[in-house]
Amino acid sequence: MSAPFTVIHAGHAATGEPAPRTPTQVPHRGGTANPSAARLQAQFPQFYERHEVIWGDTTVYVRPEAILDVVRWLHDDAGEQYDYLVDVTAVEYRDVEHPLEVVWHLRSLPFRRFLRLKAQLPKGTPLRVPSVWPVYRGADWLERECFDMFGISFEGHPDLRRILMWEQYREGYPLRKDFPLRGRFSRAEQLRQALSQNPEAKYSMEELTIADAFEDLPQDMRQRLAGGERTGE
Amino acid sequence: MGLAPRPDARVASRAAGDATNDLVSYDPASQEGWITTRLDMLVNWGRANSLWPMPFGTACCAIEFMASAAARFDLARFGMERMSFSPRQADVLICAGRVPFKLAPVIRRIYQQMPQPKWVISMGACASSGGMFDNYAVVQGIDTIIPVDVYVPGCPPRPEGLMYGIMMLQEKVKRERMSDTSLRDELDPDPASNLYIPPAVIDELSEPFGNSVHQTRSGL
Repeated sequence: MSAPFTVIHAGHAATGEPAPRTPTQVPHRGGTANPSAARLQAQFPQFYERHEVIWGDTTVYVRPEAILDVVRWLHDDAGEQYDYLVDVTAVEYRDVEHPLEVVWHLRSLPFRRFLRLKAQLPKGTPLRVPSVWPVYRGADWLERECFDMFGISFEGHPDLRRILMWEQYREGYPLRKDFPLRGRFSRAEQLRQALSQNPEAKYSMEELTIADAFEDLPQDMRQRLAGGERTGE
Repeated sequence: MGLAPRPDARVASRAAGDATNDLVSYDPASQEGWITTRLDMLVNWGRANSLWPMPFGTACCAIEFMASAAARFDLARFGMERMSFSPRQADVLICAGRVPFKLAPVIRRIYQQMPQPKWVISMGACASSGGMFDNYAVVQGIDTIIPVDVYVPGCPPRPEGLMYGIMMLQEKVKRERMSDTSLRDELDPDPASNLYIPPAVIDELSEPFGNSVHQTRSGL
């Protein structure tokens, strides 16, 4: 915690704009696009595919290989300042010809803007996109979940493992359309494999024991423990 | 269980020719009180009225369970107000909610850490059968992992339903007999398989929890 905490007032960069209010009568398709979309097109013409406005939200399709550069520019540029990564997820459509889509939801607090980025990954090719972890540390678990559920590899992710299913899970990627609802194995085999997993595979007892982590505890908790409250050793 | 008159009181009443007071005398002088009962009945009476639950709440059933423990429904009437958040001091494992496969080894280990005598209530449709979650991630009934004494139906059950299940469990406890040697049998997994947890490891897992360290099941 070396970096100082800075307060961001929502909308402080969007001076001159009217105060925000809940939009009414938003059309399903069409309407005013997020101004970031046009700037993005000017900045990355070779990677920009198209944009569409659905229910007032702008979705920009970009080439998957450029996603890290696009996100980094959106984060760093003074006129964009997308400082909050809301979500990373993926969509697979029932149409087998339709490519799989990876979705990034970005929020610019200073400009009060919301932008949805999509990258299309054709089926039959390796599902790979660059990780946005170098820009947003919060992408760590979001991308792990996306990998766990869809099998998409985020290149550059520091620790790409399963997060919801256990690490030895061998039935595949549950949110893919070709995954049967009840899994691939029999119930007995699923239970046998689940029971033979080791819950402490990642965290050793040393990590879990309060006494060993004494130096890392907050100051008030250390005082309380030093004053006679035992840790169980 | 009952109150028996002093033997000499019976003799005295018979000598007086009082046929209506032949067996039981309610004379205060004779009520010095000694009780005859079967020992297992006395033990069961104590156990049934001081069951300490280990709440294993994973879903909305746990909300109903909390409502059962709160003032309106008041589990304290059944001697169950003391929630045991360590399995070492628990008598009843109340599994309230769905159990995903990832949690299966955890609930099994919690059950193994509980000292005998112990009982299990499976609360709600999901814990009992998987409920509506007939999918890849959810255990289809916790009785595939641990033995269950009482199943409470409902989605989720109302507190009255849980209390009915608790009273059924009390009935079951009261009918236990010490002569039944199979009562506390536990099936341990084959030590060669990786389902088996050695007793030392079961003991070790409770280390951070206060004085639980000294209440190990294996006696190590």
